[in-house]
Amino acid sequence: MKEFLEGSHAVAEVVKLCKPGVVSAYPITPQTHIVEDLAQMVSDGTLKAEFVNVESEHSAASVVLGGEAAGVRSYTATSSQGLLYMAEVVFNIAGLRLPVVMTCANRAISAPINIWNDHQDSVSLRDTGWVQLFAENIQEAADFHLLAYRLGEDKSMMLPVMVCMDGFILTHGIETVDIPTQEQVDKFLPPYKALYKLDVENPISIGPLVDPEYYLETRYALQKTLEEALVLIPKLTAEFSKVFGRTYNGLVEGYRLEDAERAIVAMGSVCGTVKDVVDELRKKGKKVGLLKITSYRPFPIAAIYDALKNVPKVAVLDRAVSLGSFAPLASEVRAVFTGKKKAPKVISSFVVGLGGRDITKHSIKEIYSLLTAKELHGEYIDLKPELLTPEFKG
Amino acid sequence: MKDHLFAAGHTACSGCGQVMAARLVIDASGKNTVVVNNTGCLEVLSTKYPESAWEIPWLHSLFENAAAVASGVESGLKYLGKKEGTNIIAQGGDGSTADIGLQALSGMLERGHDILYVCYDNEAYMNTGVQRSGLTPFDTNTTTSPTGALAVGNLRPKKPMPEIAAAHGIPYVATASVGFPQDIQKKVKKAFSVKGPKYIQIHVPCPLGWRYEPQLSINIGKLAVECGLYPLIEYENGKLSGVKQIQPKPVEEYLKAQGRFKHLLSKPEEIKKIQEIADSNIQKYGLKLPAATG
Ligand SMILES: Cc1ncc(C[n+]2csc(CCOP(=O)(O)OP(=O)(O)O)c2C)c(N)n1
Ligand SMILES: [Mg+2]
Repeated sequence: MKEFLEGSHAVAEVVKLCKPGVVSAYPITPQTHIVEDLAQMVSDGTLKAEFVNVESEHSAASVVLGGEAAGVRSYTATSSQGLLYMAEVVFNIAGLRLPVVMTCANRAISAPINIWNDHQDSVSLRDTGWVQLFAENIQEAADFHLLAYRLGEDKSMMLPVMVCMDGFILTHGIETVDIPTQEQVDKFLPPYKALYKLDVENPISIGPLVDPEYYLETRYALQKTLEEALVLIPKLTAEFSKVFGRTYNGLVEGYRLEDAERAIVAMGSVCGTVKDVVDELRKKGKKVGLLKITSYRPFPIAAIYDALKNVPKVAVLDRAVSLGSFAPLASEVRAVFTGKKKAPKVISSFVVGLGGRDITKHSIKEIYSLLTAKELHGEYIDLKPELLTPEFKG
Repeated sequence: MKDHLFAAGHTACSGCGQVMAARLVIDASGKNTVVVNNTGCLEVLSTKYPESAWEIPWLHSLFENAAAVASGVESGLKYLGKKEGTNIIAQGGDGSTADIGLQALSGMLERGHDILYVCYDNEAYMNTGVQRSGLTPFDTNTTTSPTGALAVGNLRPKKPMPEIAAAHGIPYVATASVGFPQDIQKKVKKAFSVKGPKYIQIHVPCPLGWRYEPQLSINIGKLAVECGLYPLIEYENGKLSGVKQIQPKPVEEYLKAQGRFKHLLSKPEEIKKIQEIADSNIQKYGLKLPAATG
């Protein structure tokens, strides 16, 4: 049913329809509305789950780890400092192959403390073994939770999935959202059956000490499974479209790329702004397009190659930095084309929107105009020179 | 061989107090038990892949989160309707319990989960090479509280963990010792006879870290209790409800048996300070048996 909903509320509604048995979280802006909604549902009896109010994010992640190990679908959500505080457990959950689903309401990292949106939190945890799906709008954010459970719990996967949605922009924004019926969800998402679990009838030891004889293979298996997820995701989104009537590629989405001479690559809500700018510039006869990356992990190498191999000039937008090196998304997009005959002539890299700095249509137009034969590396957009100390003014 | 729920064939040092205690605990709890274990000696020595000593479902996640993971397991089993009849144990060493895992433990106690937390107290971070923890006794020589020209040993007395646990108002808190094996099992059974969070801290001598001959573990455990340095006490709902009374022996008898206190034997003033700790325990908990009347 179509409703006019706040993003957090839409996500909570869809999570409820997924029927998690254990929910645990710790408050941090801008994640709070999601878990407050879920707490209310548990209080009202509309969601039958154990809601565990923990004393920290480390414990929130540990509780859902325990819930999954007992064989129960579990859910948590966090942001920013909370995700970093969980980091140790985030790695551990993936290593134990427990298909936890978590929402990350993306927010900048302290210091300086800042509650507004960028992608530094999730991007910093890209190497944990979790699938990371970035939503462009509230509908995607809601829908990706359905996909997340279905994907992670697939017997061939057993992977945790993080649904990344831009803090405030998507968590607190309001849009018309189609919330599916329980019947539809049940059709797409069968009840969870764990491959292994803590069961007194069939005692097993989970999480042993693994020495150099065996460890390497566990990481290899995780890597290979994530690569296989690149094949499974489009299959599941095809099925998703049959049940819910909305179509996603799940890995990447090309927007007016067919004959594009210049393309922007981006993740998250900024893609909406880029699409508007693409439409405007197209009206003026400029051949521009967008490649939206939905699946940041696994990184859809082949899909990115196919989408961009004939585009002469590409601008990659990073809403995070790898301080002291190239911007993270840009360096990976460049790596896709290393040693390839067909490749963009220019792959320029732009850092945008850190700590909630607005990315306006004007910012996007500037990026298209900076996309010339001269390759740029980590160019900061909308920087205010007047705020910089003299040595940085160049 | 399935006589015990913690099987032989693990890789513990001979005389390891912690494995003796762990076996007593798990056997007393029985086969319908799920264990969540912190990182530490017990986890490492019992589950080197592809082997495991545990005959019950067992889970290890990280160093400091067993209490939180067990909270999740308990919630999961509750959701499945499988909690009734299942005992849940979260367990770890003194470092994982009293230091890095204290927050997670406090959360578990405060939330009222039906879980027994067992702290195996060998009084240092043994798995990483005998570094001092919050439960290392006063003046102990460890690798990070070494004796030197300016220091006798560990600067601080043990953190009062049983009191900290009891202050949460939970139904049951107890201390126990490998020196008194039946008492351990009695207390585990008592813990599981009540619903809610419970905490048992077991003194587990460590031949390697405390530097004594492996065959002496039980005796050393007994001595710690008998001199008043490791009082065996119980709290029910926050109130002291039981003590094992003793005919106090001088602390020196306990100290001189271990290399970790060897440096004190030439320092009577330090031994005096430790005797004062024991005397204060004896006084505080009323440990002293009434004198025999003749
Ligand atoms: C977050 C983290 N910090 C440090 C360690 C290293 N570490 C592993 S076991 C251990 C010592 C354990 O001491 P204790 O809890 O007293 O158990 P014991 O080995 O003495 O039985 C330490 C410091 C770790 N695994 N994780
Ligand atoms: Mg220890």
